[in-house]
Amino acid sequence: MTNTLHRYGPRQEGDYIVFAIPARGINDAGCEDKLQAFLRLASRFNPVNMGNGKGGSLFRPERSLNPFTWFTKRRRHKVSPNRVIEEIKGPCTAAATFDSRDAVCAVLKAVKEADLGMSVNVSGPIEGTYNAAQEAGITPHSIEYSLEFHGRLDLLPEAPVLELITMCGHGMVSRHLARKVAFLVKEGRLTSEEAAIYLAKPCVCGAFNPAKAQVILEEMRHWW
Amino acid sequence: MWINPKLCVGCANCIPFCPVGAIAVGPSGVAVIDRDACVECANCYRSMSRENLPPWLVRTLRKAAQLLRLRPDPDLDICPTGAITPEPLEWPRVVRSLFSDPTSEHKVTGVAGRGTEEAKTNDVTGRTKEGEAGFTVELGRPGVGVTFAEIEDVTASLANLGISFEPKNPVTSLMEDPKTGRIRKDILQERILSAIVEFTVPLEQVPEVLRTVEEVSTRLQTVVSIGVYTRNARDGSNPLLGILHQLGYRPQRAKVNMGLGRPLAEGR
Repeated sequence: MTNTLHRYGPRQEGDYIVFAIPARGINDAGCEDKLQAFLRLASRFNPVNMGNGKGGSLFRPERSLNPFTWFTKRRRHKVSPNRVIEEIKGPCTAAATFDSRDAVCAVLKAVKEADLGMSVNVSGPIEGTYNAAQEAGITPHSIEYSLEFHGRLDLLPEAPVLELITMCGHGMVSRHLARKVAFLVKEGRLTSEEAAIYLAKPCVCGAFNPAKAQVILEEMRHWW
Repeated sequence: MWINPKLCVGCANCIPFCPVGAIAVGPSGVAVIDRDACVECANCYRSMSRENLPPWLVRTLRKAAQLLRLRPDPDLDICPTGAITPEPLEWPRVVRSLFSDPTSEHKVTGVAGRGTEEAKTNDVTGRTKEGEAGFTVELGRPGVGVTFAEIEDVTASLANLGISFEPKNPVTSLMEDPKTGRIRKDILQERILSAIVEFTVPLEQVPEVLRTVEEVSTRLQTVVSIGVYTRNARDGSNPLLGILHQLGYRPQRAKVNMGLGRPLAEGR
C-alpha cells in the first residue's frame, strides 16, 4: 500500500484510504475473518471504493459480456460490497476509500471498538488523518511521509492527468486512458461519473477514488 | 502478453489501457505489442471486459459501418473478441510480471505488490524502532517504468553508505550481494513498471540518504518516489518530521499506522 502514499495534487482533503493488513508469520493465521469484519465495518460508512488486493475492487470489468448487454445499456460496472468482502480467503490488504474525514473518524472509532487485532493504517493528508485519529481516541504508532517525486519529472504527464493516475500507485490507471476519458467527457460522450468508473476499474486494490476523479474530470472540461 | 492476430479486429480499444504505451495497431490492421516496451503488467488483459464475439462478425460489422461512413461509439473498455491472451513467461522475462502486475505475489515477500509490509505492520513487527527511519524508494512510478540497471545505480550508491537492505524485499532478493547492492546481471536490461528499494537507517543518517537518492535521481531516465517512515516516540513527538523540515521537505501526505495491531511488537 505504498501505492496509496504518493498521490499528487492539491486536492488531498477528501481522499483517504483506510486499510487493514495482517503481519505475515505473526498474526496472519485465521486473519480472513478479521479482514472481512474490517471491510464490513468500513462498508457501513459509505466508502467510495473498496478492495481486497487480490480479487479486485468494487469497480471491475465483466469477463464474459453478452453482446446485447451493450445495446440494452445493462452493463454492471460495479459489484456489491459483500462480494468484495466474501472474496477474502486469506491474508491480504483490505482497503476502503473515503471522500470525507468524518467518515474516516467514524470508521476508526468502530474498528478500535471491534479490536480486530489487524494493523490498521490511514493514508491521507497528514493533518486530517491525525485529527481523525485524535477524535477516535487513537495515538498513531508509526508514520510514513511522502517526499514526492524526483528525477526525470519531465516524463510525468500534465498535472490533472498526474492527479488522476497517481490514485492507483501500482500504475494501472494509464495516462492514455485518463486523457481519453477526459476528452470523451469534454465531447459530452461520457459523463464525468461514467468516466471516473472507467478509470477506477484497472485499480485492483480499491484505492482509486472515483469521487475525486469526477471532480478532476469536471475541471478538465475547461482545461484544453 | 500476446494479442492473437486471428481474433483481433483492430478496434484499438486496448491501446489506452497500456500504462507504458506498448500497444499499437500495426500495418496489418491488428493490434500488436512491442515486447521490449511491454512490462507484462497484464493490465490490458485484466482491465478490459470481453464479449468473445466471432471475429468475422465484428470485422464485417466494422467494414459495413465504414462503408456507410458511420462512426461506431462502442464502450471503451471492451475487447470484442477476447484477443488479448496471457502467455507463459520464462526467466528472465518473468521478473517483468512480478514487478509490474499488482496481482503477482512474490515468493520472497508473500505479499502481492512490489514492496513489503514496511510501516503498515510496524506496530506488530517492530521493524523500524524509535530513533530509526525506514525508507521506501520507488523507481519507475507513476507509469514511467525502469530497468534493473537503473535500480542497480541506486542500490549500489546506497550500499556505499553502508546501509543494509530489507532482506524480505523483492529487489534485495535479486541482488548478487546485498552488501554491494549489485543486481544479477541476467536481469539488468529487463524493464518493469516500478520497484521499491527498502532499508532502515538511524535517524542521523536520513540527510545523507536523501542527498544520495536525490543525486542519483538526476542521472536516471525515470522518476523516483521517496517515502520515509518512523515509529512515533511514546510522548507522541516525531523527530523525523523536524529533520525533514530542516532539509526543506514539507510533506503533505502520509500513511499512518494507528497501532491497533495485536500482539504489539513492544509487548512480545
